[in-house]
Amino acid sequence: MPFESRGWQDETLGENLERAGVSRRDFLTFCTGLAAIFAAGSPLAQAVPAFAAQPSPTPAQIADALAAVKKPSVVWLQLQECTGCMESTLRSGGTTVEEVVLSLLSVNYNELVMAAAGEAAEKALHDTNAEPHILVVNGSVPLADGGIYCTIGGKSAEQVLRESAKNATAILAVGACAVYGSVQAARPNPTGAVGVDEIIRDKPVINVAGCPPIGEVITATIAYLLTHDGALPKLDAEGRPLFAYGQRIHDSCPRRPHFDAGQYVRTFDDKGAREGWCLYDVGCKGPSTFSPCPIVQWNLKTSWPIGAGHPCIGCTEKDFFDRYTPFYNVLPQVPGLGIEATAEKVGWGLVGAVTAGVALHAGITAVRHAADRRNAEAQPLAAFGDSEPAQRPASDQNQSATEKGAE
Amino acid sequence: MASERVVIDPLTRIEGHLRIELEAEGGVISKAWSETTQFRGIETIVEGRDPRDAWAFVQRICGVCTTVHAIASIVAVENAIGSNPPEQARLIRDMVLGTQEVQDHVIHFYHLHALDWVNVPSAAQADPAKAVAFAQAIGSKWHGNQLDRFTSVKETVAGVVASGQLSIFTGGYWDHPAYKLPPEANLMAVSHYLDALEFQRSMIRVNTVFGGKNPHPNFLVGGMACSIDPNASESINQVQVDQIKGWVDETLAFVRDCYLPDVLAVMGVYKEYFDIGAAQPNFLAVGLAGATYAGDPATSRTTSAITGGVKPGLLLDGDYATVYPFDPKKISEYVTSAWYEYGAGDVGVTPDRGETKVKYTGPQPPYTWLADNPKYTWCKAPRYDDKVVQVGPVARVLLAYAQGHARTKELVDQAMAAIGFTLPQLNSTAGRILARAIEALTSAEILANETFPTFVKNIKGGNIDVFDATKWEPSSWAPSQSGFSIVEVARGNLSHWLTIEGGKIKHYQAVVPTTWLAGGRDAKGQQGPYEESLANGKHPLVRNDAPLEPLRTIHSFDPCMSCAVHVLDPAGGEGFTVVSE
Repeated sequence: MPFESRGWQDETLGENLERAGVSRRDFLTFCTGLAAIFAAGSPLAQAVPAFAAQPSPTPAQIADALAAVKKPSVVWLQLQECTGCMESTLRSGGTTVEEVVLSLLSVNYNELVMAAAGEAAEKALHDTNAEPHILVVNGSVPLADGGIYCTIGGKSAEQVLRESAKNATAILAVGACAVYGSVQAARPNPTGAVGVDEIIRDKPVINVAGCPPIGEVITATIAYLLTHDGALPKLDAEGRPLFAYGQRIHDSCPRRPHFDAGQYVRTFDDKGAREGWCLYDVGCKGPSTFSPCPIVQWNLKTSWPIGAGHPCIGCTEKDFFDRYTPFYNVLPQVPGLGIEATAEKVGWGLVGAVTAGVALHAGITAVRHAADRRNAEAQPLAAFGDSEPAQRPASDQNQSATEKGAE
Repeated sequence: MASERVVIDPLTRIEGHLRIELEAEGGVISKAWSETTQFRGIETIVEGRDPRDAWAFVQRICGVCTTVHAIASIVAVENAIGSNPPEQARLIRDMVLGTQEVQDHVIHFYHLHALDWVNVPSAAQADPAKAVAFAQAIGSKWHGNQLDRFTSVKETVAGVVASGQLSIFTGGYWDHPAYKLPPEANLMAVSHYLDALEFQRSMIRVNTVFGGKNPHPNFLVGGMACSIDPNASESINQVQVDQIKGWVDETLAFVRDCYLPDVLAVMGVYKEYFDIGAAQPNFLAVGLAGATYAGDPATSRTTSAITGGVKPGLLLDGDYATVYPFDPKKISEYVTSAWYEYGAGDVGVTPDRGETKVKYTGPQPPYTWLADNPKYTWCKAPRYDDKVVQVGPVARVLLAYAQGHARTKELVDQAMAAIGFTLPQLNSTAGRILARAIEALTSAEILANETFPTFVKNIKGGNIDVFDATKWEPSSWAPSQSGFSIVEVARGNLSHWLTIEGGKIKHYQAVVPTTWLAGGRDAKGQQGPYEESLANGKHPLVRNDAPLEPLRTIHSFDPCMSCAVHVLDPAGGEGFTVVSE
């Protein structure tokens, strides 16, 4: 149970390897394998000044340079936000926050957990900003009225962000606020709040979406950078890592068979609710939400929103506080199409901008579920041993579709 | 010596953005200004929306005290529309509030506050065997007090220090003479810092079972969405009940064996802080932590099942024996020092009505000093009957003590005897920290011994409903309704107020614990509690470049700045406008 140091005790990688009993000879062999990668111009090669001028370093040069590598420094900003994303990070059971701050990285600036305050904190920020570093951002940037709605150390959030982004080697926007502006950007967006990638346009921004994102997803995105030589994970059209946001909740939801069978919760705490039926009819936004909630789940895999009986509110999607509200209204139906096709269109209709990357998702989904497709006239499948077929007749389902169509 | 200006911004290890400006002279602070530097306008954003959605918006006021704004919101909406959540739903909310409060207190002490008292690099000098002996000596029965554990933590700290990359410890005031704990106490505390991270990650799963996630679990107007059925695999059944039992027991064990003994030991070493950081000796609470009222406590029932017999009330003017009755109508808010204006001028305005406009008169960023302007913060200044009052654990503990709550009295008396201080000295930096730990224990005991067993007994008796469907549809509501809720949450007294018209929110307002504490000066010139606790030439500040002592006092209030800032919208719906000068 308790945290154990992962062995980064000494200053440099070389010293740590020596401490761990890795010989120079073994390390050189390892670096020989890396030589080809460096020659191909990996991000790490560009990040190591020694290699910048020399495209094809020798294994010995690589070994020398790598051995001098220190833990990556991190600036972790909290702008206009609620601290929920840091709290979610504290809850991560994958790579834990202890490992992040003590073993993997040197988190030199984060307002929630850092020891220093005031001038000493600003110095830590300034010093780290001056060197290459990983930048993590929680919170939106309020642009209205000259940035008066969020200031830190007397500077506007925009100033703070721009200064920290300048020498950043990777930028993570973590949480709905940093990605899209979220709740304070909801109508009428009184403070002019925007996400990070509306300010930082000259560098890629990894968007770790969610309100908050699952803690494990936050720390895994950081760990991905560390285990891939600083290379970014593959992203969808919204800038979200595919390893976490590659599937719609609807496609990985354990309640999906109930959707396909026309078994819906009609009222909270009804019989269907107690049997774990589909929450689509009480407003679930799972059909148009890309998130790993059903797979990774929350808080050490304990449960997740739909698992606890509440419809998904779509918190990983852009402007969900405006576009997915009222939360308990059902997603609009498109009559005359099969259930899956309906949800497909509905999902993309709501999401709005159908981009190439997004269309790819839709294509994959369509192929995978082609065998499940039925049109609205088809009978829903009765479960084996179903003693109450009257609970879920086709007419019920059709009636529901008609009602929704009339709304 | 001339007075010098000192700015603490960012004031770290809190929720949100707080700036403290000070004038200091001769080792003490003469003047202080509490300045909240973030504004989001969430109440404006919920207007015109479905009241059943409001909880999800206002929950995002804060992710540290996540859940509390959501619960306050659904209770206020239920109060307005006349919905009656079933007993099991109310017990679930009590369990969510109880676990959230304990978790919040633990994170506050270990992860937000401890570094003001615990010198981390010093832990690398400790003898782990002596640290084990120290833990035994202070009566800590925590199972993490093991030699191999302390040895491993020492190696971790030594590794971080030796690497020269101090990570989150960069720039700490580690050479400050105000750090007084011996190395073995520092090592024990750092070890418990890490244990507390594990603890909060584990026990908060009570929230996840009922709300699906934490932070920001899901709630429902009229009850809860998590059905209970002991004979259904997809509902809360014996599997979850057994899990919750484990996490509730874990909660009680950590608070009893680790948190409270640590606080008693640390505050015993820093005993002088029972004479530092006093604010106005007026205290407001509506009950023990978790007490929840739909509407006025004088006329409405409590929605929380367990009250411990502690009633709403106030202690005034340093009299810790007389409990005055609480009247919500006496709450008003001033914008004298805040960047807003009222149509009625510089007066106190009650939360159920208002006509506030943003009026920013401060400098454009970047700036170096705010307090030359009479307005210097986004945080309003609430007053009760025009008095400055403190809310929070110390208010609740003092109110419970005055009303003879046996367990609170026992724990406070034990602490006073062990450390050597008097009841009025709870109004201090150390007193606020100690009250929080005492309250965490009473809350954990109520959770383990009353709330959870009642919940389980009800299931056995067939009482499993969690939702009142009769008032779900807006067509069942009166055309115009107002409601409010009052909840005792981790940082103090929280109330949400709203008006619903035609099925939509017309007006929404939250009066939040940190607003009570972090607000600035009012029309009479009375300072807010943060300011009062620092100013007036009593509070030490030895090194202006290392303001460790004021950090200790501000942190003792457990600031939550995102919560603190809110705005009234005109009842007439004029909307949000900025008036600049």
